Amino acid sequence: MEEEKVGCARPTGGPVGESSEKQVVKEETISKEVPKMIKVGQKAPDFVAPAYHKGKFTQVKLSDHLGKWVVLCFYPGDFTFV
Amino acid sequence: MSVDSQFVHKMWDDHELSKMVSGGIPFPMLSDAGGKVGTVYGIYDENAGVETRGRFIIDPDGVVQGFEVLTPPVGRNVSESLRQIQAFQLVRKSKGSEATPSGWRPGKMTLKPGPDLVGKVWEVWKTDMAFD
Repeated sequence: MEEEKVGCARPTGGPVGESSEKQVVKEETISKEVPKMIKVGQKAPDFVAPAYHKGKFTQVKLSDHLGKWVVLCFYPGDFTFV
Repeated sequence: MSVDSQFVHKMWDDHELSKMVSGGIPFPMLSDAGGKVGTVYGIYDENAGVETRGRFIIDPDGVVQGFEVLTPPVGRNVSESLRQIQAFQLVRKSKGSEATPSGWRPGKMTLKPGPDLVGKVWEVWKTDMAFD
């Protein structure tokens, strides 16, 4: 992973590709209150995200890890348990 | 991955996690400001502004093989996640010719799904095998 140059701005990431198209379809066909859920057996949505890894600030893109098993773990916040 | 910035991740690793894990956390700690990625994965809690405890197992083709989502007060069982990964890896290696029944652990019996197995699972798999 390449180290990212970090200035004063806080870097952000987000989903990669298809998102704008999908959002339009979602608004037309599904009520906004129905949250979409991932389905097993389907592609994991790609994303890029700023990361901290062993003393360096980097960027992680999910699709860069094709060919390997990936565990993607979300948690409520730093300084809580996981 | 959480909504915290990578700077806060560094502080947490420096000041607390490195005291639990020698050398600090070995894997990347991802930042999801605003919960954009968490929303796509269906685990972002908009009202609380945080991610819930979602865990996704993604195979080498980028396909989600399994996930688990818990509300914040309850922590996860890492051994169970590892067991599931081992099971998915076995199934993938066997190209689907083997399946892992309830309670499977590495080294335990697998099933070979097919016409011969229909109605015969009870002969090879007992209910106590579902438990540790």
